[in-house]
Amino acid sequence: MAEFAYEPEPEVVLAPGEARQEITGKSPWRLAGRRLIRNRSAMAALAVFLGLVAVCLAAPIYAHHIAHTQAIEPNYTGTTVVNGKRVDVIQQGGGKLGIGEIPISPTWHVNYFFGADTAGRDVMARALYGGRASLFIGITSAVICCVIALILAMVAGFYRRWSDSVLSRAMDLIWAFPVYLLAISLATVLLTKPNGLQWGPIHVVPSSLWVPTWIIAIVYVPYVFRPVRGQVLATREKEYVEAATAAGASNFRLMFGEILPNVISTVIVMLPLMIATTVLTEAALSFLGIGVQDPTPSWGTIIQDGQGLLYERPLVAIVPGIMIVLTVLSLNVFGDGLRDALDPRSKVR
Amino acid sequence: MIAFIVRRLIGLVFVLFAISVLTFLIFFAIPGVDPSRSLAGRNPTPETVAAVKHEFGLDRPLPIRYGLLMKRLFISRDLVSYGNTAVKVVPELTAAAPITFSLIIGAAIIWAVLGIAIGVLAVVAKGTILDPLIMVLALIGISLPVFWLGEVANLLTQDRLHNTFLFSWVPPLGYVPFTQDPWQWFLHLIIPWITLSILYIGFYARVLRANMLDVANEDYVRTARAKGLSERNVLTKHILRNSLITVVSLFGLDFGVLVAGGALLTEVVFGLHGIGYITYQSFQSLDLPVIMATVLYGAFFITVANALVDVVYASLDPRIRLA
Repeated sequence: MAEFAYEPEPEVVLAPGEARQEITGKSPWRLAGRRLIRNRSAMAALAVFLGLVAVCLAAPIYAHHIAHTQAIEPNYTGTTVVNGKRVDVIQQGGGKLGIGEIPISPTWHVNYFFGADTAGRDVMARALYGGRASLFIGITSAVICCVIALILAMVAGFYRRWSDSVLSRAMDLIWAFPVYLLAISLATVLLTKPNGLQWGPIHVVPSSLWVPTWIIAIVYVPYVFRPVRGQVLATREKEYVEAATAAGASNFRLMFGEILPNVISTVIVMLPLMIATTVLTEAALSFLGIGVQDPTPSWGTIIQDGQGLLYERPLVAIVPGIMIVLTVLSLNVFGDGLRDALDPRSKVR
Repeated sequence: MIAFIVRRLIGLVFVLFAISVLTFLIFFAIPGVDPSRSLAGRNPTPETVAAVKHEFGLDRPLPIRYGLLMKRLFISRDLVSYGNTAVKVVPELTAAAPITFSLIIGAAIIWAVLGIAIGVLAVVAKGTILDPLIMVLALIGISLPVFWLGEVANLLTQDRLHNTFLFSWVPPLGYVPFTQDPWQWFLHLIIPWITLSILYIGFYARVLRANMLDVANEDYVRTARAKGLSERNVLTKHILRNSLITVVSLFGLDFGVLVAGGALLTEVVFGLHGIGYITYQSFQSLDLPVIMATVLYGAFFITVANALVDVVYASLDPRIRLA
């Protein structure tokens, strides 16, 4: 017994003026957080992303109180003041032939800063409102996708046998479809129902932002499901899970108490990169006319509007594109930093 | 190896069948549009509507409709468009295929060469300012929406800088078949090629760099250095070769995805009337047989490409065969 006897810790001799330092335990999460905060480019990217979100959330303030324009209803007959003169927002005599209508060019004043689109709406205000829709769809669908994938992966990886076979084959099936073609198929079906879909108490109208949100979320589920399922399968064989089983833990407790905390970091690492992907997908679908429906703006729909005006008023298409690039780039840089912080050994992918 | 191929083929058949059923269910069991309305003309009599429905087999039970559709799609290949019954879907797609392949093969050559070159350059330049600089550029490359990049490219090369020496050689948007004029074919496609490949150059450079840095820590690389091989030999014969296995499989998958509709956005922006463009037009006009055909052919192509990649991968890396 003697070797386990309590020995008082030796007294530490402190230099004059030195305070005694406590040794504290730090959880892996805290260590990861510290690594992340020390990563300057990741923090800068996070600041850019949050700044973009804040600016887009402030879209109504900008439109109503600063620019005094609005971004959603068509405004063919609107006027604005440039250099003290009142001018039409949609002007006659556009194009190379001097006929037809053309929206006002950038005024570089608060109202119609970047000019107007074909329906006489303020491009700057529209880009901000569009950001609300694009970011909402991007963030929500990435979160929905990760949650669904996590639940399915937990079930498949934990129960294995037939539930794993069924779920994995179903995921393989979605995986086999080209992302855009599957999204196009679902969107075509959902958007062609004039009165929307009615599933019990849930009623979805085609103009709802939830249609593209769910389409994008479902299309990407296999991309998150596969790596997480693999991790669940590996974690479930670990000694501490065996120990918990031996201690009489229920399946529920094993899944949520032992396995989930050990696979959640994979999902967290994937989330910013998924948002980057979903924002790009939303833009592409809206650009093709099967995402967000007119008159609601999103970055993709504004670029589509701008396509017809490309040579006369290029900023209509360029401005939302730059906002997409900023969003996706900041998310990718932050995602890289988050991965380095949470999982320093993983590869770039 | 043969057992592996056979196993993969059986799986392939099942996936193809499931894909066709799922696509059928998405489009025809959830009725969004009724083609008899648009095809029977204005104020149709009930008899005309019934006749049109019968022509498309819409009055039959679902499993028979599925069988009919598959027969018209793959065996008799005489499925007609809802918009114009004179247009046969499958020959139309076959005619558009060379355009899509021209676009993708050119872009694939560019991205494979540049992606590998840039990835290797980043590894060689590791520790200097060049490496993070290249990686930032690669990250910007993968953050660009391809359709927007295409519009900006059009703006510069077709309009703003078209009258300068830089881009005066760029022909108007469109496509010239290779058999008609190879030089014009090349000129018409070069801007679309670059636009489409930028995303993949960034992506491949990143993946290759990460893989090479990973492989550089392997024991056999240390052994190679210990044997006294030149740094150049170690890099190309030991590190690069082993890192390329992942890139080969990615290349196959990306190529498949692009052929199966991934190039849609590029085709739409540059006015190239390939398979993706036909898909785009068909969902603008809700031409279900055309969408159905492109989705099915696309999904089939991807599945077959995946299977091929697996086989190539297994022959490159014997460890896979046992998995």
